[in-house]
Amino acid sequence: MSVAETKPQSLFEKLWRRHIVVEEESERPAVLYIDLHLIHEVTSPQAFDVLAGKKIRTRRPDLTFATLDHSTPTLPADNHGVLPYATPAAAAQVNALIRNCREHDIPLLGLDDPRRGIVHVIGPELGLTQPGKTIVCGDSHTSTHGAFGALAFGIGTTEVGHVLASQCVLQRQPKTMRVTFNGALSPGVGAKDMALAMIADIGADGGQGYAIEFAGPAVQNLSMEGRMTLCNMSIEAGARFGMVAPDEKTFEYLSGREFSPLGDSWDEAVAEWRTLPSDPDTVYDREVRINASAIPPMITYGVSPDAAAPVDGRAPQPKSDIEKHAAEYMKFDAEQPFSTATVDRVFIGSCTNSRLSDLREAASVMRDRKVKEGVTVLVVPGSEAIRAAAEAENLHLVFLNAGAQWRNSGCSMCIAMNGDQGEPGELVVSTSNRNFIGRQGRGVRTVLASPATAAASAIEGRIADPRPYLTMTGKQNRCH
Amino acid sequence: MSLKSFQNLTSRVIVLPEDNIDTDQIIPARFLTTTERSGLGKAAFYDWRYDDAGRPRNQSPLNLAGQGGHAILVAGSNFGCGSSREHAPWALLDLGVKAVISSDIADIFKSNALKNGLLPVEVDRKTHRRLLKAPGEEVTIDLETQTVRFGGKWQAVFKVDSFARYCLLEGVDPLGFLMQQLPAIKEFEKGRA
Ligand code: SF4
Repeated sequence: MSVAETKPQSLFEKLWRRHIVVEEESERPAVLYIDLHLIHEVTSPQAFDVLAGKKIRTRRPDLTFATLDHSTPTLPADNHGVLPYATPAAAAQVNALIRNCREHDIPLLGLDDPRRGIVHVIGPELGLTQPGKTIVCGDSHTSTHGAFGALAFGIGTTEVGHVLASQCVLQRQPKTMRVTFNGALSPGVGAKDMALAMIADIGADGGQGYAIEFAGPAVQNLSMEGRMTLCNMSIEAGARFGMVAPDEKTFEYLSGREFSPLGDSWDEAVAEWRTLPSDPDTVYDREVRINASAIPPMITYGVSPDAAAPVDGRAPQPKSDIEKHAAEYMKFDAEQPFSTATVDRVFIGSCTNSRLSDLREAASVMRDRKVKEGVTVLVVPGSEAIRAAAEAENLHLVFLNAGAQWRNSGCSMCIAMNGDQGEPGELVVSTSNRNFIGRQGRGVRTVLASPATAAASAIEGRIADPRPYLTMTGKQNRCH
Repeated sequence: MSLKSFQNLTSRVIVLPEDNIDTDQIIPARFLTTTERSGLGKAAFYDWRYDDAGRPRNQSPLNLAGQGGHAILVAGSNFGCGSSREHAPWALLDLGVKAVISSDIADIFKSNALKNGLLPVEVDRKTHRRLLKAPGEEVTIDLETQTVRFGGKWQAVFKVDSFARYCLLEGVDPLGFLMQQLPAIKEFEKGRA
């Protein structure tokens, strides 16, 4: 055997190797085969236009899957069946996807489909996302699917066109980084807090050029939902890829889902998936170690996700003009305890934290309590299936009784394209992934947090530590 | 779409010293409900260029974009982080920006920019610091030799992915290259079936 064959390989390298159609050379990137191409209304219309101009049809509509989420209203249709689109352009964009999918025979979860939802939520939910697959989408949070041991990454619209036309992308192999979370999470701390702690540690560009593999006991102990939250946030550290080795939990999650293999094919698939985890003694280009037991509930206080700190802490002294500018925008004084910041709005949703476990976590804090007067709270499930499951266990009543709004599924206030947004100057505690200036509406100040922290903040009307709520109800359960 | 070619460019620079300028700044999400790729220049850095009432902010250096040869943007580190929206390079190009210089530029933005003929130029920290202090400076970017020159004798090298550079210099569309690989792609599919 050659040295190359005996060299221990990481999960990433195994998947990369198995999908190379044409090897990378110094003069050109590899031609990488794509097993699943997810599309949505925002980043696809211009790609379809390019294909139309060249008279090219989608090569593998059977490996392509579409959903509506970004511009899609989360309020129901009126008495005439008209959906409250934010603008005519938003409606036109949704209609363009419906038309393009029809013309290209691409399966689409349409507006009335009970399986419709956020692209990174429906992939795993339907069993389309599987270990060992290469998955792309014109969306940077495609890294979410890496939670299943898939090689999943975001691409731009030109590349969406490439994949539609050829089922391949041109891609250079990134470096590998392993982030190991040792120890066990404390009560009231979840995957979102792990993600924010990591980004604060390595920086918003710390993962630039790397594929991250999350490992260690605290990652193994996460539910699949928690692993998705963690991989989702890889891009906020600059990494296009985040992944976790598949294990029994992964297989259990996928078993019996609509697009999961069945019968003998299932057994074969699982046997194959068991070969995917990184070999012992794999060498990574960079190693990061984080003590999970020392992570408290985290929030962000700046305008970049790496400006994250413990929720019970204080705003730091700005160290540069840029940090000063961020602090002015966020209206945090140096040394101000975060718990003194008044909250105007709370958003519980997005592909980061809108799954059933996230909604249960928020509901456990809000149950039999009232949202603070003056605070607007939006709870937006990640998919229609999650909405139905949450309603089946009456979680919607917990939110409604508390004074929160319960919406249909979609991206909603994560990107504020569908009319769901904050007002200028408002402070929004949000379970989404980006606190960029204006992300949730012009002039909106975004504080990223876990569902538990967001729910506690809704109750108190200020940035609040969720831990007292867990002990008050006598619950010592972990968030994930 | 045939790719626009890029040879070299001499232009004055606009400086935005902020680090981590994300794609939500470059084009706010509310402008993404479009099915077109043209005409997005108005939306470029909209909230930086216009106030809450939609009035132009007179002091914004971006007002110079495209005017009097201001086609190069010098920005703080980690430029273009955030979402994968290709609307960001489309908007910049429509505004008249043809190249962005920074110490590091986010991966997806870089890849999207190169596919549209907007050149992402990553220079060493010393050159970067120098350029951040030089709004209005005339800078030459030469893609053939991958050098940046300014201020008489200042010269720095940069590296663009060799394939992207070839496509830009020759005006080659990578989609055409991919379509030529179809026999190999079909072979690959057979091997896995
Ligand atoms: S929820 Fe937010 S981050 Fe996720 S796909 Fe939608 S807009 Fe993107």
